[in-house]
Amino acid sequence: MALFGTRVPLTALFGAAVMALFILLAIFGPWITPYPPDATVGKTWTGPSAEFWLGTDNIGRDILSRIIAGAQTTIGIALVTTVLSFTLGVSAGIFASVGGQWLDNLMSRVVDMFLSVPVLIMALIVLTALGSSIPTLILTIAFLDSTRVFLVARAVAVDVAARDFLDVARLRGERMPWIMFHEILPNAMPPLISEFGLRFCFNFLYVASLSFLGLGVQPPQADWGGMVRENGQAIAFGILAPIWPALAIALVTVAVNLVVDWLLSRNVKPSGASAEL
Amino acid sequence: MSDGNILEIRNLRIEALSGQVLVDDVSLELRRGEVLGLIGESGAGKSTIALAAMGYARAGCRIAGGEIRIDGTDLRGIGPEGRQGYRGMRIAYVAQSAAASFNPAMRLIDQICESPLRHRQMTRAEAEARAIELLGKLGLPEPAKLARKYPHEVSGGQLQRAMAAMAVIGRPDILVFDEPTTALDVTTQLEVLALIKQIIRDLHTAALYITHDLAVVAQVADRIMVLRGGKMVELGDAEQILGTPEQPYTAALVAERDHSRPLMSALPRDPGPPVLEAVGVDAGYGGGKVLSQVSFRLHRGETLAVVGESGSGKSTLAKVVTGLLPQMAGELRLDGRPLAPGYRQRDADVLRRIQLVHQLPDMSLNPQHRLAKIIGRPLALYSGASGAVLQRRIADLLDLVGLPADFADRFPPQLSGGQKQRVAIARALAAEPEIIICDEPTSALDQLIADDILKLLMRLQGDLGLSYLFITHDLGIVRRIAHNTLVLLKGETIALGPTAEVFAEPMHPYTRRLLVSVPEMRKGWLEEVMA
Repeated sequence: MALFGTRVPLTALFGAAVMALFILLAIFGPWITPYPPDATVGKTWTGPSAEFWLGTDNIGRDILSRIIAGAQTTIGIALVTTVLSFTLGVSAGIFASVGGQWLDNLMSRVVDMFLSVPVLIMALIVLTALGSSIPTLILTIAFLDSTRVFLVARAVAVDVAARDFLDVARLRGERMPWIMFHEILPNAMPPLISEFGLRFCFNFLYVASLSFLGLGVQPPQADWGGMVRENGQAIAFGILAPIWPALAIALVTVAVNLVVDWLLSRNVKPSGASAEL
Repeated sequence: MSDGNILEIRNLRIEALSGQVLVDDVSLELRRGEVLGLIGESGAGKSTIALAAMGYARAGCRIAGGEIRIDGTDLRGIGPEGRQGYRGMRIAYVAQSAAASFNPAMRLIDQICESPLRHRQMTRAEAEARAIELLGKLGLPEPAKLARKYPHEVSGGQLQRAMAAMAVIGRPDILVFDEPTTALDVTTQLEVLALIKQIIRDLHTAALYITHDLAVVAQVADRIMVLRGGKMVELGDAEQILGTPEQPYTAALVAERDHSRPLMSALPRDPGPPVLEAVGVDAGYGGGKVLSQVSFRLHRGETLAVVGESGSGKSTLAKVVTGLLPQMAGELRLDGRPLAPGYRQRDADVLRRIQLVHQLPDMSLNPQHRLAKIIGRPLALYSGASGAVLQRRIADLLDLVGLPADFADRFPPQLSGGQKQRVAIARALAAEPEIIICDEPTSALDQLIADDILKLLMRLQGDLGLSYLFITHDLGIVRRIAHNTLVLLKGETIALGPTAEVFAEPMHPYTRRLLVSVPEMRKGWLEEVMA
């Protein structure tokens, strides 16, 4: 299949299809769940059947309904987090590239400090101290993740900022916001778009991991990480209950990565030589 | 195949993967010991043909048809390993930018010896001894010491010679020179050119010499092939091509290289007070002084050329005048009033009156902005125009620089080099400036296109009364457009005055060296200068 004048590989198409499926589930979830996601509707840990396609969980709730409802929570939180983290990280990264050496050094060293502590550990400390709620969860992960985004955005922006049109803009008397968002940002977009996909995967896994550890989304609200935790012991009895949410997590991560891989390969396509001719 | 031909190319056709034809039905032959010059503008297919002579096509291209015979063997018929055996051994390549072609992480000696070791021609000790001997022959000081250096530790001219050593170490029958002196200063170009000529004579190799500069090719080539748009225009002896060209295109190329016709209009006898004046300006980076005690005056409608080798402080002077680099000492005056040292301290009207046109439009135009935004932004900022008025003024400016009005919707990457430079000029004009600082605006362009840009600048000067501070290393240009000239050597003023006087006797030795280094389009010039 061709898009933007290039062939889209099958892997990217598969990734895009899976993403589209889960996004549709997240949007229309409340209307299509076969059972209320929080209600006990059967026995504990029954296997897949015509009545409950994926079986029931530790307190007899329908797993399919909870996975559909959990799509909204888990994907929604990861998406909002990534958007926030990008807004913060990209603005700061571009600002560092044009704000002068002193400011660049200060910001980079502060970011280095945050980079030296794993996100998950830091998030655990903050969420334990402040208590877990969805806004706290989003803000905490978004801030920690923005330090990673900062690194990429700054590296790309420094390269753009060295070009002559920045001097032209400065000599025209342009102010900082114009220079950052009109001159630099459009030139930094291609690598940042692929980075967005990667950071989304990480944030998605952080949300799931924190919920699995009991510090993310709180029960009874359905989310995939929490579902793995609630049904974790079932695995010892050979029951499939925890496999389904884990599979959903894996599917979304793989799908986003397949699409990102394609985007990245488009960015590095050799065009210089033929462009010169 | 006749006996004397070491290289024969028959009906060569090269296509881009998109199907575009890059080289169309080109045939040539090269006798042993003969130098064939390939000349043409960028996009003419010169480099593509030269690479094809080694059986190689760049990424995104393929050799679609024809024969490439070295000593009778068709390179297209012997497979990748077979071709590998020819490259470096029988045919070797010298690229335009040595700085970009050397691996920065390897010592020079290891890169020079790579080919003979790879082809098992010599042992490492033999190869290294030969490499050092070659570097010495190429006039490099302390070759044994230099060979152990990394590429960034030596100068551009030295690197270009090291590259020549790399090419000749395997004693190839054919050398391919792809614009080997284009990236060098005139004075360095002279030395490298003389060395190339000596190599060809001493080793009695055949060579393909690619350049866009007819004066350069006149010094080295026995025969010249003129190319345009991937097709051959004319092929003949060097004397015939330069003296009595048959094709109109060749005639135009030869005529444009003629430096005698001045393009500028005369200055009034009393030019009035200077628009821009510099008094005893010192400037530099982080403590190091690059410019010292530079003074000049620029009048309305005047072009002041600033010339010198790279490192002479020409571009630093442009930065000081624009305010990007505040001076350490001295003063700049605009219409008699002192200019604040840094651009941040200058008010919008002062910024408007001094505009800058850079050397590389690829770097100076934001590739993500449409021309309407590139030109419209300064218009809107300075004149407050908007809506239909703004659109009309953008169209007017495009027209003024000779571009169609519908270009407003295009992005810079969709334009050619000359068109991009016109956009950069239109952007400067949008501010309705009094002074335009031109920082080598034509040095990245082909001759005919560079000439069009110069004519455009001269026309605008006449129509709008602009003053130019024109930075260049090309003395041919200086004599055609500059009323006055400032010669810089390591940041010191060597000469300042009317161009004709600066280049008349008695001259400073440095000015003379710059002047005689400008290649002239006749055979034997190189020998005269080097003698």
